[in-house]
Parts: sequence; C-alpha cells; structure tokens
Amino acid sequence: MTIGVTTTPEPKSKPSGSIINDPQVRGIFYQVVTVAILVAVVYWIADNTIENLKRANIASGYGFLNGRAGFDVGQSLIAYTSDSTYGRALFVGFFNTLLVAVTGIITATIIGFIVGIGRLSHNWLIAKLSLAYVEVFRNIPPLLVIFFWYSGVLAVLPQPRESAALPFNIFLNNRGIAFPKPVFGDGSQYVFYAFVIAVIASFFMARHARKKQEATGQRFPLLWTVLGLLIGLPLLALLATGWPITFDIPVAGKFNLTGGSVIGPEFLSLFLALSFYTAAFIAEIVRAGIRGVSKGQSEAAHALGVRPGLTTRLVVVPQAMRIIIPPLTSQYLNLTKNSSLAIAIGYADLVAVGGTILNQTGQAIEVVTIWIIVYLSLSLTTSLLMNWFNARMALVER
Amino acid sequence: MARRILTALVGAAVMGIGAHSASAGTLDDVKAKGFVQCGVNTGLAGFAAPDASGNWSGFDVDYCKAIAAAIFADGSKVKYSPTSAKERFPALQSGEVDVLARNTTWTINRDTALGFNFRPVNYYDGQGFMVRKGLNVKSALELSGAAVCVQTGTTTELNLADYFKANNLQYNPVVFEKLEEVNAAYDAGRCDVYTTDQSGLYSLRLTLSKPDDHMILPEIISKEPLGPAVRQGDDQWFDIVSWVHYALIQAEEFGVTQANVEEMKKSTNPDVQRFLGVEADSKIGTDLGLTNEWAVNIIKAVGNYGEVFDRNIGAGSPLKIERGLNALWNKGGIQYAPPVR
Repeated sequence: MTIGVTTTPEPKSKPSGSIINDPQVRGIFYQVVTVAILVAVVYWIADNTIENLKRANIASGYGFLNGRAGFDVGQSLIAYTSDSTYGRALFVGFFNTLLVAVTGIITATIIGFIVGIGRLSHNWLIAKLSLAYVEVFRNIPPLLVIFFWYSGVLAVLPQPRESAALPFNIFLNNRGIAFPKPVFGDGSQYVFYAFVIAVIASFFMARHARKKQEATGQRFPLLWTVLGLLIGLPLLALLATGWPITFDIPVAGKFNLTGGSVIGPEFLSLFLALSFYTAAFIAEIVRAGIRGVSKGQSEAAHALGVRPGLTTRLVVVPQAMRIIIPPLTSQYLNLTKNSSLAIAIGYADLVAVGGTILNQTGQAIEVVTIWIIVYLSLSLTTSLLMNWFNARMALVER
Repeated sequence: MARRILTALVGAAVMGIGAHSASAGTLDDVKAKGFVQCGVNTGLAGFAAPDASGNWSGFDVDYCKAIAAAIFADGSKVKYSPTSAKERFPALQSGEVDVLARNTTWTINRDTALGFNFRPVNYYDGQGFMVRKGLNVKSALELSGAAVCVQTGTTTELNLADYFKANNLQYNPVVFEKLEEVNAAYDAGRCDVYTTDQSGLYSLRLTLSKPDDHMILPEIISKEPLGPAVRQGDDQWFDIVSWVHYALIQAEEFGVTQANVEEMKKSTNPDVQRFLGVEADSKIGTDLGLTNEWAVNIIKAVGNYGEVFDRNIGAGSPLKIERGLNALWNKGGIQYAPPVR
C-alpha cells in the first residue's frame, strides 16, 4: 500500500521550524496511522466474525474436511466416491478447474494467434472474418457464451439412443463424446518407457540440430526426425511386447452408452466457450504486438530475400512476443478465473464442488477462504511462470 | 487522498458497528423496519413463485404472509428474498432474512451445526424420481446406468448417493445450482431421471414442455420433513414462527376459515373463544409479543392450513397433491397442533 505518501517534493530550504512541518516526518506519520487503522479494522472484522459465529452456535474450523462427503460428483480426474472425504471432493473440483484452465489456455492461445495474424492478412476475406470474430466474441459476456455453447450442444446433439457414430468407434450424443478407452495390459509399461526415451532423445536432437546450424549453417530435418522418434519407438515397443494395449469400446446400454471414456457436454461447452471468448482478446493483443514491431524489421528481412512466412516466424513474432507476453498473462488469469462460471452449467469445478460442501456443512467462511487461497495461488503461479517466460523472451542487450 | 481513505475507513467501521448491534431481537427488528424479510424458493410452482407482475404466491409464501399478519395484522407486509438451495443458509445465518420458508428439510445437522431452529413441519414430504414414460422404467431399482439430474446442496443429493450405493446401482449425477437449470437440463434430455421431493416433482412436471410424457416412480426413498427455519438464540421469534403454523392447524381443526372467522368469534365454545382471543382478560397473544387478535389476523390473511394447502398445492391447484400424511391427525394424517391455552 502506498497510501499517504503524498510527499510532494517541497524545496528543503531551511531546516528551521518545528518537526510537525517536516514533510518526511508527516509522510511517515500518515503511513503509520493508515497501517494502524488497517490493522484495527482487520482485527475488528475477524473478532466480530468469531464472536457472531459463537453467538449463532455455528461450528467453525477446518475439521469438517475429514468428514464423509456423501454426495457424488459427475466428472472426476481422481478416484472419488460418496465415501470419500470433503477434502478429496475439493481436490476433485480443483483438478477439474485446472483441467479446463490449462486446456482452455492452450486452445485460446492457438485460436488467438491465428485470428490475430489473420486480422493483419492482406486477404480481404480473412481479415474481415477475423475482425467479425473478435468483435462478436469480445462484446458478449462470457456467461452468455457458455450458455450459448451449452444449450447449443444440448439442442443439436442427438439423444443417447440415436448417437451419431463417428470413425474409430467414437460416438456423439447429448451426454457428450464417448470414445474407446485404452486398457493397459501386462507389458504396456515398456511402451511408456519407449515414449519417455523418445522424448528425451528428441530434446537432445533439437539441441544438436541448433548447434549444428549455428556452427555450419546446415539445417537438420528436425520435425520429421522427432515425429519418427515419438511415434516409431513406442510402436516398436508395442510390436515387441505383443500389443498389450486393448480398447474398451462404448456400447449402447439401457440408458446411456456404457464402457469407454466420456467427455461430458458440461466440460465441452465450458472449454469451448472460454477458449473462443479469451481468444478474441488474445487476437487483439497479438495484433497489437505485431503492429508494435517496426516496419523496417520486416523490410530488412525482405531485402535480404527472406520469404514472407519465415519473416513472420523468425523476425516479427519473436520481437512481437515482448509486447504480447505481459497482457497475455492477464488473459490467462482471466480465463482461469472465468472458469468459475462453470457453476451455471453444472461442471464440477472448485466453486461448484465447494458450493455443495458449503451447503452440506454450512461452513461458509471456511469454504470461501479455501476458494480465495486456491484462486490466488493459481493466479500467482501463472504470473510467476509467465514472468519467467517473459524474462527469457526479453531483449538481451549486449 | 489520505484523508479520503481515512473517512472511508471510519465510515466503514461505523457502519460495521451498526451491524454488530443490530440483532437484539428479531421481533423488535421486524416491527421497527415494518416488514418481514422472508427467504423463499427462486421459483417452485405451488410453493413459491412470482407471477407475471412480480407478486409472489404459493404454500411457503402464505407462511410468510401469515407471519406478517400475526405481527402487523396485514399479510402484505413481507419482502421476499428468492434464494437458491446454496444461498439459503448463509442468507439466514447472516440475518439477511428473518425466516426461511423455502421447502427446507429439517435435519439434525441443520438444527445443530448450522445454528438453526426447526420445529413445526408444515409439509411431510419424501424424495421421488421422475422419468420419461418412453424409457419403460417401472421402478427406481431399474435405474442403474442412468444420468440423474439433481439440485446441488440439497438433502436430495445425499439421499440419491446413499440410495444408489445401498442398492448397488451405478449412476451419473448431473448437478446444477438453480432449479431452473435442472429443469432445463432434464427437459433438454441431458439426463434420464429427475430426482427431488415428490411434491417438487409434481410441481416441476407442470413446467416441462410435455408434462404427459413423464411419470413419477412409486418409490419414496427418504423422509423430507419441510418447515420454516429461524436462527438459534431468539426464542421469542422461534415461538412466533412455530405458533403461526400451529394456529393454521388449529384453525382447520376448529373449522375456522377465512370466510367465517368473524362469525366464529361469537362461538360459545370456550376453546374457540380462547384461540381467537375473545376470551375475557386473554393473554393468548400478548405472551407471544403479539396482539390477542394474532390468530384471527392470520386466518383473515391466508385462511386455515387446509385452505392454504388446497389453494396452492392441493385439490384447488393444478398440482392436485393428496393431503396424505399432511391431513390433520384426526383425519388420518400426522399434522397436529399442541393445545392453544
């Protein structure tokens, strides 16, 4: 807090006069008073709350987190039944929030970059389509976008008994997308090891390729090599171990499809809505970033005979990133926080699950504190990561 | 700048102190502000729902009106706070509402840990299931594998989990916060089954696009005693809310109705005389902190329990719910009032 530091740089002409007139002493005095009042108010609020809770005979404390939850949650990334604790239920909600935030951030970034670059396209149609996209999504409240996708998804998709069958045994109905679930049999761990080895090998391959290019100017077909490694090695392991991975294919049950994995319409619509909504803002940030790069840079690249696509990728975007990253961070934070709108369509995120717990136990203050702490830490972690990324991308002065 | 913030802080502190000392006695507060702040459902036809011009009506709403009538001799001195299942308890705990008449189930947890008081049960309910007729389901035990729509933060949600677990059935819960959202999702075919209190199912079926395509399964899987709730620690207010219900029951037992209440005052039956406050030297209302006319005022405002029931959810309403357990104790039900004397 920088309240009370209204020390206008007065000319320190003469040190005479009383201490009361010393601007520095006054400044400190005001700050001390402000802090004292703040502490008093916080203390008073806390005291008042505790007092009122006691008077209303409301049990308080975090002990309730160990109690049996007793309710079920529709979507869960970790094992959870109604016999699990309230604490575990909160984790289910936390991971669901994390899932939609991470996937949403990735998709929003991809769409945002495509649309943002599209707005600068010389092709009239692409530029206007991108403009329309940005103006439509940026000017609708996110909740409406979520409702739009949810009712859209529910209204358009068929009932489970008339599921639309897609290739690879994927089925689409208003209960979500059902797809075959891989069942890992004996020996499948080797496939996993093979994949890990492929990832590590790709990493070193990329380093080697960069060094070689820097030293000799020769380019190495990195993309194909890495793809070959990532697909080929696990495939080899699969063949060697006699194909231990089988698939559990969804089949029509009495009410819904049974077997396989299902991504529910709640997650789908929230994920799509947040991605498309945030992408509109990211597109504008990207456009601003690219516009912020001096025209001379791309002209210089063209003069050296660099192709337009390469110019964008190697000259413009790296410089634009320095302008893009800081506002991009706030959009990521917005997306994470907007994910709490999930409650409107019944996606079991942290707020939805916490709300249920709040209601079943009546521990309003405790649950709200947990919400605040979790969202605060999520946001701070995102900011830290982005600051680190920003520092890496920043102009290195030599 | 510093001064402005200081003023704001002092202002906030003063307001806060005001809030601290506000809850002396709910009855005095209510009398001082001139209306009862009543927590009701956001919209459950028959129990509490606003019409096109914003006037609330329903079974629970009539309880709010009855409380207002007992205090002010005017059933219209109520302000309604529509609350979702999740919002209702903090609203009552914080003092935002004076009484919660929102088809709320009385449980030991709510009576103790949440700091509420329940006493009269104004509607004995039980949880049931509604399905589409096209599914050809005849019993809740055939529901394994179904997607079930349910409102969050209700006893319903817990009973559902217990029932399916006890019977070894699988299900996929689809949980929403607001009743309207649950309705819309069920209507759109997001789930196969809708579960809530049976009275609620009858009410909700009317709001579906094709009510006749849906049926309510015979199983009742829980006891759901619904009634008004108040905060702990204010016995006088608790007594008033409780006795408003008992007065409604007693009036039905005596045959006192909205139409004949003035006539009944001339009754020679000493029980009726005492109940209506016309007994000489009566203290029947003043001991509650009200006037001796309190029961008369309630009946003038909303009628007796039977009239309230019929008008909102019973034979005289589109819901047509049977009295069943909610008939008077001497007519095969369990609605019973302690003696008014």
